[in-house]
Amino acid sequence: MLIGDRKQQSYEPRIVAFLCNWCAYAGADLAGTQRLSYPPNVRVIRLMCSGRVDPGFIIEAFLEGADGVIVAGCHPGECHYEHGNRLAERRMTTLQHLLGFIGIEQARVRLAWVSAAEGRKFAQLIETTVEEVRALGPFQQFPRRAP
Amino acid sequence: MNNRVGVFICHCGKNIARTVDVEALRKEAAGLPGVEWAEDDMYLCSDPGQQLIRERIAEQNLDAVVVAACSPTLHTTTFRRAVESAGVNPFRLEIANIREQCSWVHPGTAETTHKAAALVRSGVEKARRTQPLEPIHVGLQRAVVVIGGGVAGIQAALDIAEAGYPVHLVEQGPNLGGRMAQLSETFPTLDCSSCILTPKMVEVSHHPLVTIHTLAEVTDVEGSIGNFQVRIRQQPRYVIAEGCTGCGDCVPACPQVVPGEFDRGLGARKAIYIPFPQAVPFTYTLDREHCLNQGPLIICDRCAQACEPRAIDFDQQPSEELVEAGAIVLATGCDTLPLSHFREYGHDRHPDVIDGLMFERLLSASGPTHGEIRRPSDHRVPKSIAFVQCAGSRDPERGKAYCSQICCMYTAKHALLYHHAVPDGKVYIFYIDIRAGGKGYEEFVERVRAEDGINYIRGKVAKLIPKDGKLEVWGVDTLLGEQVKVEVDLVVLATALVPSQGIQELARVARVAIDGDGFLSEAHPKLRPVESQTRGIYLAGTAQGPRDISATVAHAAGAASKVLGLFSHDELVEEPTIARVNEALCRGCSFCVSVCPYDAISLHEGTAHVNETLCRGCGACTPACFAAALGPRGFEDDQILAQIRALAC
Repeated sequence: MLIGDRKQQSYEPRIVAFLCNWCAYAGADLAGTQRLSYPPNVRVIRLMCSGRVDPGFIIEAFLEGADGVIVAGCHPGECHYEHGNRLAERRMTTLQHLLGFIGIEQARVRLAWVSAAEGRKFAQLIETTVEEVRALGPFQQFPRRAP
Repeated sequence: MNNRVGVFICHCGKNIARTVDVEALRKEAAGLPGVEWAEDDMYLCSDPGQQLIRERIAEQNLDAVVVAACSPTLHTTTFRRAVESAGVNPFRLEIANIREQCSWVHPGTAETTHKAAALVRSGVEKARRTQPLEPIHVGLQRAVVVIGGGVAGIQAALDIAEAGYPVHLVEQGPNLGGRMAQLSETFPTLDCSSCILTPKMVEVSHHPLVTIHTLAEVTDVEGSIGNFQVRIRQQPRYVIAEGCTGCGDCVPACPQVVPGEFDRGLGARKAIYIPFPQAVPFTYTLDREHCLNQGPLIICDRCAQACEPRAIDFDQQPSEELVEAGAIVLATGCDTLPLSHFREYGHDRHPDVIDGLMFERLLSASGPTHGEIRRPSDHRVPKSIAFVQCAGSRDPERGKAYCSQICCMYTAKHALLYHHAVPDGKVYIFYIDIRAGGKGYEEFVERVRAEDGINYIRGKVAKLIPKDGKLEVWGVDTLLGEQVKVEVDLVVLATALVPSQGIQELARVARVAIDGDGFLSEAHPKLRPVESQTRGIYLAGTAQGPRDISATVAHAAGAASKVLGLFSHDELVEEPTIARVNEALCRGCSFCVSVCPYDAISLHEGTAHVNETLCRGCGACTPACFAAALGPRGFEDDQILAQIRALAC
């Protein structure tokens, strides 16, 4: 049995976060350096840019057992790659509308801008997302893929 | 995917071990698919820690490594070197961040160890799917194109040429010198501007490695850092440069008199002219727009008749040249807001409302009045002058929001020079704040205030009303809280600095970004002030934003040093983590082309092609591809999907 096997536990939301290397990931690091505290429910995947996030990744995360997904990048106008965050914004907005259309709560997918100086904002983002997704209950709209 | 992955878990003293059960983590890691070896250590980043990794790689024949430790921003280079020295490709190293994003932010509970285990699992899944990558080597053309022949361009060109590299200096006008050549004296030392600029112009024109292209502009830029192809279009001068001796015999022969641009319209020139006596190159220019010979038919050849060396050629045609360069410096300088912008100050109705640059020409010994301050309307010496600072600057509603940086200083200089020339003259300076931040600047302004008794009035000018050959200035003194009404002979507006004309077109051609005010954008306002957002293209001087001469020279020298840093290598070594195309899958839809922030993707015969020096590996193209035909190395779909599977469950 894997340590992280959630079937053994009461419901704790599992959040997958896609963070851009330059801003959001650095902001998450800063939260650590400042020894802030936030719930351990979040699992981070580092990408170079939020513009790398394929909407398919979010569907995949839900299929694999995530209850919520965060995509976080640099603030608008501050993208390390000029406008990758704007692409992310457009893709995520489209995806959220689609998810809403098929009956999935839009709050399960959150797009956020976190700069490298915003450790506190990152910690708060995780806290509020975990609370909101906890309130929504486990994600059950898709059949869970067999392991 | 039969990799032999080694997992190394760092205690970081107690920084990780205090909240993460390292032994449980190691056991879990050892049981993961693909993992051949798992071990923990007190400090992996220490020399013994790195030695441990190297030894295990050799003993266990590992071909990929996961280090579970601090953030990858801290020690990626350290661990990449360590694994590389033991024979593992550095791009087959993954770092699981179990300190900043786990042990430091969560309490010492089982859930924290669960999370650390998930992060390690994710690292292992990715490491198993990594490929050995080799850095990309690109040839480097060690020559540079400097666009703009003002003091910034001259400084950059000289610094680069002095280091031994060829420079093409491209100037739009007929001569070098830019704005600085128009100035009389420079603050705060009152050096004569021409006297310090002319030697530099001469030096750059005689430098064996500098090719000067005057009356020229860059019409196209292809390629990327290390290998640009720059197209330079040369307008005809109608005077053969090699033939012209600069004798000036053509000028009295020419019948056409036109206002001189160099003197801001205050003086006249002929259709064949040289803008100022120290011009470099010292070659006359025939301005065909104002010449009697408009068409192909030559109806007036008096200049040609007067020219003994027979240097006039009415048949010259525009020409184009393609130059190879490894880097480009943009030093296109600045302009000032036109006087027509200020309706309330009525320059269109009154010739005695001038701008600071016109006043410079009045002060200049080689100017239209030979350095005597005479007002344009009746050529009398003005007995009183009002200077209006922040004309268009710091005025977001009607002008520019920014401070133009130089106006406080040059206005103080103007007041001082006027006071020296006309000791009984009256001076009023209307200002918002005095900004004198440079070395010796505050002292200069204080000197002007105290010794020359210049009357500084804090407040804006609302209106100028012409009255009996004078100008009535209506303003407000905000310190006294009362209205001010003074009659003066001349009004000088310190107009806002704006980017030079044509900058937008050049920015488009060179694919560099411009900011909201039209100035060229630097890559980072604090840390990369001389680099544009396009690699290999550097910025110098006021093209990037308002600044004075000393800051411009420093900025240009900075741009030159960046070019020299680039040229200190024999070839460019690029990170291999860039996008690659699977040509068998590509359908040629070109969606990737449209999203790429760097124009790094183009279609060749219906297949996407990535320019390896332009691509920076952001991965924005990948979600745009319906055929899953391209992705950035190091962040490929299968790697990320495996990470998702490892983390979500």
